[in-house]
Amino acid sequence: MLKQIEGSRGVAEAVALCRPKVVCAYPITPQTHIVEALGEMVRTGELPDCEFINVESEFAAMSVAIGSSAGGVRSYTATSSQGLLFMTEAVYNASGMGLPIVMTLGTRAIGAPINIWNDHSDAMALRDAGWVMLFAETNQEAVDLHIQAFRIAESLGTPVMVCVDGFILTHAYEQLDIPEETLVTKFVGPFQPAYELDPEHPVTAGALVGPEAFAEVRYLAHHKQLQALKRIPALAEEFLQQFGRDSGGYFHAYNLEGASTVVVGMGSVVGTVLDVADELRKNGHSIGVMAITCYRPFPFDTVREALKRAERIIVIDRSITAGMGGPLAADIRLALENRLLPVHTIIAGLGGRPITKASLKKIFERAPLGELPEITFLDLNWDMVKNELGAEVA
Amino acid sequence: MIEPKIQEQSSVDGVQTRVKFYQTGTFTAGNRLLDKELRTVQSSQERSNAITCGHRACQGCGEALGARYALDAAIRAANGNIIAVNATGCLEVFSTPYPETSWQVPWLHSLFGNATAVASGVAAALRRQGKDHIRVVAQGGDGGTTDIGFGALSGMFERNDDVLYLCYDNQGYMNTGVQRSSATPPTARTATTPAVGKAPGNPFGIGKDVPRIAMAHNIPYVATASVANLHDLEEKVTKAMSIHGARYIHIFVPCPLGWAHATRDTIRVARLAVESGVWPLFEAEHGEVIHSSPIRRQIPVEEYLMTQGRFAHLFKPKRDEERLSALQAIANKNIERYHLIHEEANA
Amino acid sequence: MTRHFAISLPVGSSLENHTGAWRTERPQYADFLPPCNNACPAGENVQNWLYHAEEADYQEAWEEIMRNNPFPAIMGRACYHPCETACNRATVDEAVSIHSVERFLGDRAIAEGWHIKIATEKSGKRILIVGGGPSGLSAAYHLARLGHSVTIVEAEAKAGGMMRYGIPEYRLPRDVIDAEVQRILDMGVTLRLNEKVRDIPAAMKKESFDACFLAIGAHISKHVDIPSPDAGRVLDALHMLRDSENSSDKGALIGRRVIVYGGGNTALDVARSAKRLGGESIIVYRRTKEKMPAHAFEVEEAIEEGIQFRWLETIKHLSDETITIEKMKLDSDGYPQPTGEFEVISGDMVVLALGQDVDTSITTGIPGIKNDKDGIVSVDSNMMTGFPGLFAGGDMVPSERTITVAVGHGKKAARNIDAYLRGKEFSVKEKHTLATAEKLNTWYYSDAEKAVQPTLEMLRRRTTFEEVFGGLDETNALFEARRCMSCGNCFECDNCLAVCPDNAIRKLPMHLGMEPGKGRFEINYDYCKGCGICVAECPAGAMEMVPEVI
Ligand SMILES: Cc1cc2nc3c(=O)[nH]c(=O)nc-3n(C[C@H](O)[C@H](O)[C@H](O)COP(=O)(O)OP(=O)(O)OC[C@H]3O[C@@H](n4cnc5c(N)ncnc54)[C@H](O)[C@@H]3O)c2cc1C
Ligand SMILES: Cc1ncc(C[n+]2csc(CCOP(=O)(O)OP(=O)(O)O)c2C)c(N)n1
Ligand code: SF4
Ligand code: SF4
Ligand code: SF4
Ligand SMILES: [Mg+2]
Repeated sequence: MLKQIEGSRGVAEAVALCRPKVVCAYPITPQTHIVEALGEMVRTGELPDCEFINVESEFAAMSVAIGSSAGGVRSYTATSSQGLLFMTEAVYNASGMGLPIVMTLGTRAIGAPINIWNDHSDAMALRDAGWVMLFAETNQEAVDLHIQAFRIAESLGTPVMVCVDGFILTHAYEQLDIPEETLVTKFVGPFQPAYELDPEHPVTAGALVGPEAFAEVRYLAHHKQLQALKRIPALAEEFLQQFGRDSGGYFHAYNLEGASTVVVGMGSVVGTVLDVADELRKNGHSIGVMAITCYRPFPFDTVREALKRAERIIVIDRSITAGMGGPLAADIRLALENRLLPVHTIIAGLGGRPITKASLKKIFERAPLGELPEITFLDLNWDMVKNELGAEVA
Repeated sequence: MIEPKIQEQSSVDGVQTRVKFYQTGTFTAGNRLLDKELRTVQSSQERSNAITCGHRACQGCGEALGARYALDAAIRAANGNIIAVNATGCLEVFSTPYPETSWQVPWLHSLFGNATAVASGVAAALRRQGKDHIRVVAQGGDGGTTDIGFGALSGMFERNDDVLYLCYDNQGYMNTGVQRSSATPPTARTATTPAVGKAPGNPFGIGKDVPRIAMAHNIPYVATASVANLHDLEEKVTKAMSIHGARYIHIFVPCPLGWAHATRDTIRVARLAVESGVWPLFEAEHGEVIHSSPIRRQIPVEEYLMTQGRFAHLFKPKRDEERLSALQAIANKNIERYHLIHEEANA
Repeated sequence: MTRHFAISLPVGSSLENHTGAWRTERPQYADFLPPCNNACPAGENVQNWLYHAEEADYQEAWEEIMRNNPFPAIMGRACYHPCETACNRATVDEAVSIHSVERFLGDRAIAEGWHIKIATEKSGKRILIVGGGPSGLSAAYHLARLGHSVTIVEAEAKAGGMMRYGIPEYRLPRDVIDAEVQRILDMGVTLRLNEKVRDIPAAMKKESFDACFLAIGAHISKHVDIPSPDAGRVLDALHMLRDSENSSDKGALIGRRVIVYGGGNTALDVARSAKRLGGESIIVYRRTKEKMPAHAFEVEEAIEEGIQFRWLETIKHLSDETITIEKMKLDSDGYPQPTGEFEVISGDMVVLALGQDVDTSITTGIPGIKNDKDGIVSVDSNMMTGFPGLFAGGDMVPSERTITVAVGHGKKAARNIDAYLRGKEFSVKEKHTLATAEKLNTWYYSDAEKAVQPTLEMLRRRTTFEEVFGGLDETNALFEARRCMSCGNCFECDNCLAVCPDNAIRKLPMHLGMEPGKGRFEINYDYCKGCGICVAECPAGAMEMVPEVI
């Protein structure tokens, strides 16, 4: 059903259609509207048979979800930024325990300095936590990814994080197609617990594992991610069949065929990039766009295959690994294996800084000329930086 | 402690009136003279042994004992329908080194500071599945309870989640090698409050009284217990299990390793703590103390302190009168606050 | 359901980990010797019969007493109960009133007519017992239990010895003696009264006895010469007590103002009897109250009854209506020395209660018999005299003179006679280590003041021979029995089972436990880490730690 609603509301309705039994909530901008909406749906009965638990911290939010998931019910929470970091220990724990929790991350910068606006620093900080991480390009995709997320999580016994750009998506009102309940129910299926805490058949969950088996446990976690890699495109295909929408999968490829310049990005920035690329293509540029959806596990092989004919790559990273560069760019480099290809990192949109078409256009135009440095901070105010650094920069 | 009394008049020349009594009454775990129902769970070979043999707790570990005492009682109260959630700490480590586990109940360990929250989640899940007969118990050490897990604990209390939380208080971070926690008593030596300097050991005036903080949440049930008072402990667990909502029992469990006492003295040390007033035993409902267990045979705090190496510096090289009397004053305050000395009991 | 590798485990797998290897010391169950048992001259297993009494299994308790002592009702009244002096409960509050429970059991047995079943085959051996006092009766009883045929020859008209002719009725009612003696006779023991044996070897030969137990007591009163115009006014204690027993008119025998000379229990019995016969009794004793050989409690009872005491005095001579006494003082060694200070007091009769000697005429001339310096008959560790087949015990052999010692001798002699007749060596089992108070963890015992026996009202105490102390009723007897701490012996409190942090103790099903109270638990040394908590928390001190043998 088409609705003109806020992205957060769309996500909340999608989650509600998946019928979680426990929703944990702790306020943090920009994710708040999602849990608020869910809370209301629980009260009105729109989301029936669900516990909405107001916890005292994100650490508790994830912990309660760990408990409820292990206790045998579909569990969901959402967070952003500081909240994600505050629950870090439990985030790792959830994946270590193989619990199929779904969490929305309304992506946001991390302080200090405290900043409530969007970038991907929070998601990147936990990219090694063992979760499946999916990035929504649009709010419609956010809606769709949540439906897929529960299925991925439960069929594999792994938690899934759906990253939705804070404000840009979460707070944007647009027309969204909220799927039919019956279709969702059919797609998601009944909850499949990772294990059952049953007094009749007791198990010990979360034992201490020493050197003699720890590497094996980790290997198996890796293996599970590789399985997810197989499952994700298959589910996207199934989703396409049932819902008629191409959402999810590894990435979305736009005019990659024969493009000598490929721009890689994740999340909402892709919309802007596509606009610029379309314009440039009209002007004769050979430019394609790759919008990564499946960030963890990372689809190295498919990405490599898709970039096979590219001559240069521009990666838009919405976060920075200080002292190293862009984390997405690093993954792309890794995907290229030994191909010697210029990979330009554009650090853009940090802390909510707008990524303008004009700025991107300039960058994209410079790339084929070989003028682009390895790393570019989009629209950096050099005066401000110089002022701070004094003589050092000069 | 209860002494089951059956008033029986007898009248040889009208001089005697006696009460039938049972030798050790309910001071011992069992007592063949008592009805089976009046004996403890632990006195039965059929008890569940929530933590079975082969665990790796130190010799004489009070925590291993306290946990089995409490859980077996909870298991009985819930007809076996228990799920236990455990915080990180000695109990978790010694009971589940892969590939061994000692647990006979479904048992879930997540992290050091989140056992209560995880338990809240499990409880919610059970409720949603209509498995109301299965009850959730969360447990952890004093560090996991009074320090790192304190926020989660308070959250669980405040939400009045249907969880019984058991804190096994050995007054320090034992699993990491005996460091100070907010439950470490003044003057005690730990690895982070060493017995050196002008005021050796843990300072006075710091730390927190979590049972009273728990009471301040107005939760339905708060109690303190001790491994030295088994009947009392089991009764409290049983009572707690009959109530729904957030419940808290803080159990005193000596640690021979951390406290440097003889392994055989685990229960004795706990007993002396109770008998000296150092460890008051009480119950509170909805924020009000409703009962306290009187001291049976009062002893000076010193007698308790002397059993443990962690207090040795109070006696050697010379007696630290000032701090000994400050410690006695703490016990006196407990005695006064919880009315631990009943006139009738001493009559 | 999936079971995640290494994250979820099947339960109970720690059983693979045998923590018993950590042990340097191991706990074990021990039956230590309770001090009461150790102190009982009759060798009663006090702790054990109290154990049964605690469960209100009175007959079982009584039968346990009867294994060692045929006189529970008598013992519960007249035994000086050294068991209670030794009792560990005194370190908690007051000793268990063992005697009053024993008396309760004894009385219950009489009331219910309980008997001892003797299943043993007859041995065909015949034993002569000379003297029907406690020692002789005890020997007869035990020999009968062992299947022998026993004949007691007693000089008096009734059996009981000093229990009947010494101990006054107000302390030991005669129907009690009669009942407990009759029970022995009911076992097939022959009792011949009014027959004095003079020549033992002859008597044995004549009726072809295979062995003889001699227990004639010590009946010759010691004397001092007190100058007196009228010898009839000086009587000895045994005569006086014996006469008062035999006379139907007890009052006729006594003067108005009776001076009893001596400080032992006999002196008190005489004085208290005289009081009951309507006289005024004054005890004159050479030394102080504290030095009196009599039991302090008996002195107190006498004082309560109005007996007067004159300590540090000796009797110098008697004249018609008066008696002259000399004041004494203790020297630095504590011996009484005359002061030359005299006093004349009124009194019409003096009873000497200065102790008794054994009539050795009966043994003189028997080959091999040895007497010790006081003329008492010597026996070896098997209670046998120098004459083969002739055993002796009770007051007539060197030992403490009490009915309980006499009973103990009777038992010991019986077992030795049995062995002798069967051509075997009777060997006593080595005593277990004593269960001293430090072994116990007395915190566990409930507070319980000793049950007090009811006492006869004072007027009747002073004027009649009714029994001074009443027995405990069942409630009180049960209460008192349960004050016992079961020193050194498991009483199934389940503490060990409960306190083991390693679940290494198992409670055996009743059918596996050998007998109640014994072997009810088992330690699993595969898991016991040797912490010692079970031992420390055993209230009864029935466990011990022993070094691990590596
Ligand atoms: C006044 C008094 C009070 C006492 N009170 C107590 C008390 O309260 N508690 C206690 O434990 N002890 C008491 N005693 C001591 C106790 O009575 C004796 O130690 C005990 O009776 C000794 O027992 P026995 O069998 O060796 O000798 P006895 O009891 O003296 O018995 C010996 C028996 O042998 C008989 N006899 C002697 N010669 C012959 C013979 N030739 N042929 C056949 N029969 C013979 C005697 O008639 C007598 O019946 C008391 C003693 C006295 C004198
Ligand atoms: C977040 C976190 N911080 C620190 C630790 C290290 N740690 C593990 S157990 C423990 C001590 C546990 O103390 P307590 O809760 O009192 O239990 P005890 O071992 O004394 O029974 C500590 C500090 C941890 N596991 N996790
Ligand atoms: S350190 Fe203390 S609490 Fe930990 S296992 Fe050892 S005795 Fe038990
Ligand atoms: S307490 Fe019982 S076992 Fe111990 S000495 Fe006294 S009577 Fe004997
Ligand atoms: S309490 Fe258990 S582990 Fe400790 S010594 Fe006794 S049987 Fe062994
Ligand atoms: Mg601790």
